[in-house]
Amino acid sequence: MGRNAMQPDNKLPVDKSALHVISLVSIGAHPTSGRPRRAEQDARAVELGLQIAGDNLHVLHAGSAEEPALRAYLGMGLKELHVLEQPKDADALPGLADYIRESGVQLVLAGTQAETGEGSGMLPYLLAEKLGWPLVVGMAEVESMNNGTAQVLQALPRGQRRRLKVRLPFLATVDNAAPKPRQSAFGPAQRGTLDVEQIEVVIDELFTAAELTPAKPRPKRLKVIKAKSGADRMKAATAKASGGGGQVLKGVTAQEGAAAILKLLVEEGVVR
Amino acid sequence: MSDIIRRDPRAEWIARNRLHPLHAAMQPVQTSWMGPNGVMRKNVHGIGFIGPNGIKRIDRSGVQQGRTVKRSASVEVQLPLHRVAAPAFYIAVVPDMVGGRLSSHDRDLLGLAHGLAGQDGAVLAIVFGEHKETAFDTAGVDRLLVMEGIEFAGYCPEQRVQGLRAVDNQFDPRHWLLPDSRSGGGELGRRFAASIGERPATRVWQVKDEQATGRAGAGLEDLARPVSRLILPTAECAEPVSETRHEALLVELSTAIARSLPRIEDLGAVAVDPALIPMAEAEFVFSGGNGVKDWALFHRTAAALGATEGASRVAVDDGFMTRDRQVGASGTWVTARVYVAVGISGAIQHLQGIGACDKVVAINLDPTCDMIKRADLSVIGESAAILDALIEAVESYRNGAKRDAA
Repeated sequence: MGRNAMQPDNKLPVDKSALHVISLVSIGAHPTSGRPRRAEQDARAVELGLQIAGDNLHVLHAGSAEEPALRAYLGMGLKELHVLEQPKDADALPGLADYIRESGVQLVLAGTQAETGEGSGMLPYLLAEKLGWPLVVGMAEVESMNNGTAQVLQALPRGQRRRLKVRLPFLATVDNAAPKPRQSAFGPAQRGTLDVEQIEVVIDELFTAAELTPAKPRPKRLKVIKAKSGADRMKAATAKASGGGGQVLKGVTAQEGAAAILKLLVEEGVVR
Repeated sequence: MSDIIRRDPRAEWIARNRLHPLHAAMQPVQTSWMGPNGVMRKNVHGIGFIGPNGIKRIDRSGVQQGRTVKRSASVEVQLPLHRVAAPAFYIAVVPDMVGGRLSSHDRDLLGLAHGLAGQDGAVLAIVFGEHKETAFDTAGVDRLLVMEGIEFAGYCPEQRVQGLRAVDNQFDPRHWLLPDSRSGGGELGRRFAASIGERPATRVWQVKDEQATGRAGAGLEDLARPVSRLILPTAECAEPVSETRHEALLVELSTAIARSLPRIEDLGAVAVDPALIPMAEAEFVFSGGNGVKDWALFHRTAAALGATEGASRVAVDDGFMTRDRQVGASGTWVTARVYVAVGISGAIQHLQGIGACDKVVAINLDPTCDMIKRADLSVIGESAAILDALIEAVESYRNGAKRDAA
């Protein structure tokens, strides 16, 4: 595998006309002001959906159709947005599951977690469990789709990628490794239509027992020194690089030294 | 015991000062006195002191005064063993085991589990696949369940959920704790929650008085709720176990784990251009300093190893590397798992920058430098020769692996 292994040679591996994709969107909150906006990760899900399916992308929202921030998704170049109308404290899961099951799509994209409300990130998992579909967490790119399977890249921490083969249909969540969302234009946002559908409301019981409060800043963890004597405390405060512990290879040939280094690198799994 | 003889100036001063209330106590142990029959008695064992080489010395010059008390420096203490013979209940923890070892997040979780278990409960740690951890006992693991086997190799979240379900059936833990991290725990915990139909408390940063407090939404709000059965805590949710030692007894599953047909197939890691990974979060950093003379060879070695390049301040100041590659106090604080320092002597500012690194390898000419003291493996020698040999060794290793696969 060379340096360009991330970019497949054929840039259009997916037949756009045959593929139907749903992106799930929610109302976000600005991290500082808290004002409603398009949610960052959901916008990435829409962007990825547009790149995969083009015009065959359906964007679905469960909640209030009145929210002006919802139109920011339409400003990304969508003609319409489907809304399953329900109040704020309703459970989005049953309505979404029914809609997706009837729609016959091959791929459902969602953000990792909501920016408002509980934000537990459980919705894609519960949806996958309910639909019986496989779930890919942190999808960064779809490489190819054929014969009922898809080859995708999953984003791992520390900028790593993993290639997965998953059978269709499947659910995928996207995080910040997915492509950056395009800008939202005001004109198309106002021209786009909202297709509102009334569904049965199931109230979520969470907030009967729990309450939301403004986030408390978390205390910084202090370095606790459990020294019994003053000498130990002094030692802990002035500790420099402590000797010992490490293996020192002295007077060995370069080959032996290199072999020892390579052995450690292979053991740690950084050289593959 | 410290082998350094230490003077106690205060005790010496008290011994000289006849008016001090402690003067008598500070006098040397009496070595000769008049017996009841007028015979001089001597205690020959009380004379003198043990010298630095372990030989008894008698100082007759009169300098030696006060009690010859041996004071001990820090001694490796054996922590008290916390034993749970018959656990009333279990608290299950599934650590991430990044790189096969307990991470600090995992240790925080074990600390929280220990708090939840109290005196009667046992902390049960479930580890998938092979591990390299040797300190489960001091991390607070009472029972250890290792699930090995070909089915748990690689990325297999669905099979792991099956394994956790088997544990759930057999041990019925009072609480399940999984780290809410990006390195696997957050995903596995949520999959498991969806599978057993429990509502987890996510991003929990405090568990106190039967209340779990976690961040909600985008982190602007807190959500306090009664402690749920499944908890996904963030890092620093509790203090790690530090005052007790635990048994870490191996337990086994009595039933076989259901094999789920994998719907997601792991095709392995993809080679990512290491130069594109931000240095602060790179896993493997190959760093050069003043001791590197052949920079073309250095770049070739980094490419051969597939490592992200770093540099010390000197190398950057001399123009061999760009400023954004500088590691240390005024550059980037790296968090690499493996850090290779070539020709870096280890100024304190540089050592601060690699404080979070797990394994440090040093290649240096000077066997006394500070980097060698920090490093887990040091090779003393000319860097150019070692780098050449390293390139060769990596290539032959990769070719050998290919031949084995074929």
